Amino acid sequence: MTTYLNLDGNEAAARMAYLGSEVVAIYPITPSSNMGEWADEWAAQGKPNLWGVVPKIIEMQSEGGAAGALHGALTSGALGTSFTASQGLLLFIPNLYKMAGELTPFVLHVAARALATHALSIFGDHSDVMACRATGCALLASNSVQEAQDMALIAQAATLAGRIPVIHFFDGFRTSHEVAKIVAVETETVRAMIDDTLVAAHRARALSPEHPVLRGTAQNPDVFFQSRERANPFYDAFPAIVQTAMDRFGELTGRHYRLFDYVGAPDAERVIVVMGSAAETVEETVEHLVARGEKVGLVKMRLFRPLASAALLEAIPATARAIAVLDRCKEPGSEGEPLYKDVVTALAEAAADGTRSMPRVIGGRFGLASKEFTPGMVAAVFAQLAAAQPRRQFTVGIVDDVTHLSLAWDAAFRSDASRRQQHAVFWGLGADGTVSANKNSIKIVGESTGLQAQGYFVYDSKKSGAVTVSHLRFGDSSIRSSYLVEEGMAGFVACHQPVFVERYDLLAHAAPGGVFLLNTPEAADAVWAGLPAAMRAGIVAKGLKLWVIDAYKVAQDAGMGRRINTIMQTCFFAISGILPRDEAIAAIKKAVDKTYGKKSKRLADLNHRAIDVTLANLHEVPLAGLSDDGASPIFVAPAVPADAPAHVRDFTLPIYRGEGNSLPVSAMPVDGTFTTGTAKFEKRNIGLEIPVWESDLCTQCGKCVFVCPHSAIRARAFPAEAAIEAPITFKHVPAKSKDFPAGTHISYQVAPEDCTGCGDCVEACPIHDKTNISRLAVNMAPLAPLREAERDNFDFFLKLPDFDRSLLKHGTIPGAMLLDPLFEFSGACAGCGETPYIRLATQLFGDRMLVANATGCSSIYGANLPSTPYTVNGAGRGPAWSNSLFEDNAEFGLGMRLASDQLMSYAMQLTQEMAAEIGGDLAEALVGADQRQEAGIRAQRERVAALLQKLAASRHPRAKELASLAEWLVRRSVWIIGGDGWAYDIGYGGLDHILALSYDVNILVLDTEVYSNTGGQTSKATPLGAVAKFSAGGKTTAKKDLARIASDYGHVYVATVAYGAKDVHTLKAFHEAESHAGPSLIVAYSPCIAHGVDMLYNQRQQDMAVKTGHWPLFRYDPRVEEAGGNPFRLDSAPPTQSIKAFMDSETRFAMLARSHPDAAERLVAQAQKDADRRYKGYQEIAAAHAPAAPKES
Amino acid sequence: MIDLTTDYLGLTLKNPLVPSSSPLCKQLDTVLRLEDAGAAAIVLHSFYEEELIAEDAMAERFLLHAELHDGESAGFMPDHGKYESSIDQYLDHLRKVKARLSIPVIASLNGVTPSGWIDLGQEMQAAGADALELNVYHVAANPAESGDDVEARYLALLTELKQVVSVPIIMKLPPFFSSLPHFVRRLEVSGANGVSLFNRFFQPDIDLDGLEMVEQLQLSTREEALLRIRWIAILRGQTPMTLAATGGVYGHEEALKLLLAGADVVHLASCLLEHGPARLSQILEAIEAWMVEREYESLAQLKGSMCLNKLRDPSALARQSYIRVLDSFTPRPGVWR
Repeated sequence: MTTYLNLDGNEAAARMAYLGSEVVAIYPITPSSNMGEWADEWAAQGKPNLWGVVPKIIEMQSEGGAAGALHGALTSGALGTSFTASQGLLLFIPNLYKMAGELTPFVLHVAARALATHALSIFGDHSDVMACRATGCALLASNSVQEAQDMALIAQAATLAGRIPVIHFFDGFRTSHEVAKIVAVETETVRAMIDDTLVAAHRARALSPEHPVLRGTAQNPDVFFQSRERANPFYDAFPAIVQTAMDRFGELTGRHYRLFDYVGAPDAERVIVVMGSAAETVEETVEHLVARGEKVGLVKMRLFRPLASAALLEAIPATARAIAVLDRCKEPGSEGEPLYKDVVTALAEAAADGTRSMPRVIGGRFGLASKEFTPGMVAAVFAQLAAAQPRRQFTVGIVDDVTHLSLAWDAAFRSDASRRQQHAVFWGLGADGTVSANKNSIKIVGESTGLQAQGYFVYDSKKSGAVTVSHLRFGDSSIRSSYLVEEGMAGFVACHQPVFVERYDLLAHAAPGGVFLLNTPEAADAVWAGLPAAMRAGIVAKGLKLWVIDAYKVAQDAGMGRRINTIMQTCFFAISGILPRDEAIAAIKKAVDKTYGKKSKRLADLNHRAIDVTLANLHEVPLAGLSDDGASPIFVAPAVPADAPAHVRDFTLPIYRGEGNSLPVSAMPVDGTFTTGTAKFEKRNIGLEIPVWESDLCTQCGKCVFVCPHSAIRARAFPAEAAIEAPITFKHVPAKSKDFPAGTHISYQVAPEDCTGCGDCVEACPIHDKTNISRLAVNMAPLAPLREAERDNFDFFLKLPDFDRSLLKHGTIPGAMLLDPLFEFSGACAGCGETPYIRLATQLFGDRMLVANATGCSSIYGANLPSTPYTVNGAGRGPAWSNSLFEDNAEFGLGMRLASDQLMSYAMQLTQEMAAEIGGDLAEALVGADQRQEAGIRAQRERVAALLQKLAASRHPRAKELASLAEWLVRRSVWIIGGDGWAYDIGYGGLDHILALSYDVNILVLDTEVYSNTGGQTSKATPLGAVAKFSAGGKTTAKKDLARIASDYGHVYVATVAYGAKDVHTLKAFHEAESHAGPSLIVAYSPCIAHGVDMLYNQRQQDMAVKTGHWPLFRYDPRVEEAGGNPFRLDSAPPTQSIKAFMDSETRFAMLARSHPDAAERLVAQAQKDADRRYKGYQEIAAAHAPAAPKES
Repeated sequence: MIDLTTDYLGLTLKNPLVPSSSPLCKQLDTVLRLEDAGAAAIVLHSFYEEELIAEDAMAERFLLHAELHDGESAGFMPDHGKYESSIDQYLDHLRKVKARLSIPVIASLNGVTPSGWIDLGQEMQAAGADALELNVYHVAANPAESGDDVEARYLALLTELKQVVSVPIIMKLPPFFSSLPHFVRRLEVSGANGVSLFNRFFQPDIDLDGLEMVEQLQLSTREEALLRIRWIAILRGQTPMTLAATGGVYGHEEALKLLLAGADVVHLASCLLEHGPARLSQILEAIEAWMVEREYESLAQLKGSMCLNKLRDPSALARQSYIRVLDSFTPRPGVWR
């Protein structure tokens, strides 16, 4: 019996990998993380492998670590696997050479992804796997979800037989995350494919003291080369071994594969050779063109290494006159990409041998970082092959107006297959359950009908208010369309969020006569008038049927809060006609029961009730008689802000609007360098409520500004007269502090369109109305009625004159919070616990900051185009930011320091050399300036300005040289920023090295105690007892005490901070760290949504963490020791609450009681012991040095 | 040997001491120790529907539909299929306790929605509960809700549940009723098998530093027994239903007083939390000793012997007695004169 599964490529591959493995060494990296998570989940459920044993899943500190562990396991006789992508695969490379060199059978499953070059990209292409083609590993490609499963097994069978390790890869996101209906490989098939005698042979080769051997020797010139050649027979034999495995698989399953599969006209004259998911689209297009009599064909390259030229040539019809080889990667400077060159070589050799004539071969790049590759583009490539003089090198899918390599394509081209399918597009928010509902719908259709189903989900890169677009296809025959639903093709378009109607062109995908479902609070008879004119015209022009539901009301009434996924899913089935309505409703209910199962019967019941009431609330809007007012159906994007500079207008804003695909090559910077300060133009308006300042109550303490994760509430001081022409609702009051000049006013102003509505400012406000405790000095109020006035107020606020920073007390919260932030409106989660620390650093030191940022949440919200939250002050100065990699951030930052120091030294040397020219006093002052504090830096800037003036008038031969270096005379503040995954795990070696040196760098570790960006995997910062991915039963070991380890060096300034517990302490630590002339480490407690607590309670959780001893605060300042004091200062009082109180308050701990109650109890007790031990240890250090009288300076 | 047996909801108990709903009942080990110490029955800890709702919200937001992020992650918590709803854990515990104990086991349910009561009550019966205690925990704070509305809420819940379960039901009540005897009679007519007097509302406190309401667990005090003594004495003789006394029993004195007033069983919680299971046997022994000394033969003789109907001066239980007590109060020297 055939079993069908509805799953994504990652799960499909992981199923096979799991069955054939004993040791699985993993490390999270997008888009492969899910494979490791599946393996971990199955192991936690006790699911056995093929031999009845549960594989050992081990998370390592990096992919390099996973590779090493895997190598050790394999060489010691276990069957092992791993999953990775992109930079992770690069870290595997050293071990891949070793494992291949030692003929170690194993399969590495790769969700192929772009490599970071001018920018990081999480999306799919073949850059990573192509970087491995010299490792000695075989490279086997899967083109679809079905193949991801099938080839995973074929690879396992082949590697055991041929001893060559295999990199089995499929396209990141397009295949790894596409949900499709596939035919399952049954365990018996796996059993039949895996030859136990080969497994035994692998074990027999294992290192064993019972029959010891030596492996991994060092060899000299005498024998190394010969040894390297010794393995040739294995590579010669391997293609046939893979084909044998494919044939065996075909016998068992009926699905037959060849090393190179040809499809198309038997007498094709034009042929495309391609690897990966694009082959599916090409096949679909070939079918379309052949049906129209075109002689075209496709060679699907499956085994790329070792390359079997003979088999390749055999696959290409002898009639082929022109061949296009498509590479999903780029090898700059080469005359062609790897696949192209291999095909050319094979053909040229055959031509030289006289076995076939040489066709014309052209090479094209496509699909980098998941760029769309559509049938229209395939048709363009075939058209190019038909040209008299086709371009030898080309690109397709972009508009290259610089080197003019790109092919034009017909965006309106639709394949026959595409026209046969049913398409649906859903617009939702990351948090509203749209994606999970759609995955569910695919399962329902897949399981209850003979239809094929496909789902692909497009996310933007925001962590708050992320927009998701789900692309679903259903069809009678297998769906090969590995591209998004095309414009004008979707018979069903749903908008799950009412605000999208103004923001996006929702009807672009809609097919004429299709259905448009809108979730809206408007009643069916009132909704039409509220729609944008273009949308009304679009509905009329396309003859769409408009359906509406107030899903949030239905959800609320049904007791589901704001969860609308089940309701919208019910609507889809009710009006799309994909399934008979009753059948669909029954299936949704069944799916609900499966989802909630044992977890909550109550929730299952609520969902059932919601499903039942949905239909009564779903209404079709009768369009007869309604007018489109003669408007144009062309979507009108929101107006461009008048003050937007050209690069924002022409580059940033089109990307915001989702028009980035149409930007030509010339619009891009040549080296990935961008102007900062663009986040402010986005104006996302995602907060339902914003804070309102009560100027009469406010004491101007600055706490609301301090905690704001998005710099959306600001404070400024200014002379009262500057506000004379303020908008009428602009609030400002005299400064309460006596430190300000008379007549100084202060305003606390919210950026209404940038606020995410997290409410953290209100939670932080310590001021109550004495007669009404619930009225604070800031209170949340609905955005809509305030938006316009507050937008004007904020504009006015920003134009207030800069207040002299030297008049502000930077060491106090009220003073420091009057400093302008140079980090604003990032895409971080609402209530993010990391961003206030970054914002604080930019307020204090932003005009001189160089930032090295490790890959992770902080690099994504810090610099995911088009948003750049880092910005500049009135003088145009601000943080200069870059991200190198995940693992090398400390070293990267050190490099920034070295460059700054070296160029400063050079500039000083020149200054001294030119002292006579410059003026002795100025030269001396420039070289001898004390720049530890801001006043000194300000004075130095003035000297540099004076220097530049003098140099401009100088004829000294080195004057220009010094002028170009003068800016380096001002001390730079180097900040090395990253999360705990970087600092505790993958980057720890580098971090430790930098700490061991004496250079002046400031390391800020945003400790969320988990890998936040990749989805919550355990790090060494994860606390004991916490549930995280790879610690499903609760982490059984204590968190690494990074701060204490660093403090052991003695010369490192160290602080553990938690602003929600003690903001002044945090402020002090930042000042102390920055002014310390050596390495400084701030480990900053950063509550994260991954903790499973509403981020409204961010500060409360920090406070509890400190009060319960989960996060003790201390500072270690080597300068105090130099002055004769105890450098270690314990800054938090002994815990006043039990650690259990803290653990009970966060899902990451609390859910353990639901899943592993016994372990929960044990680990809570252990956590208490650990907290007590740690605090006692700190107390002992604090007491160890008898406090000595500080030396008089 | 004195006959200490008593009737509780139609179940014959070997003595009147029944540990009530408290954290002690959460562990099989402590429940077994309570049985060894002489407990005649066990009321398991209350299952709070409110907690279930909060837990569901947590599970849904962070576990089942944790779509809080971007394309890199679809959630943060691993779901390895081991997650169990707390109601399943409660029912599991109930089954285990029932399997190991020879004394009756009463499940205690605190619900907020009608459907919650019905579903959970049925599940508890199916899991083997010998009786259900409905811990109705309603703070009437809405001026639109009349006293009659409040009573109707209790009665509706009881009536609905009676239709679907066959085990006896005891209503755990707060003391805040205008006419408790009248209301108890209405409960009786609606099918209740007993009332348990009184549940204790958690009293929110004000934190003077943070100026916020804080919740804290306060154990009962001996003084609280007085309220129970009065109302049990008033009710005994006016209702054939089981009367259970809960709150303020620290030693045999309070237990005896409550039994004399008319309680069928006396619940123990705070004293066991503070002093451990041995306290139960100590109280039992002391009750027995007291009865031996006064030559009682059975608990039946003693039970309710001082209820309202049997008092020579019933006004002792009415308002005037308060005035007399106040009259007789002599301040310490130096306070007033």
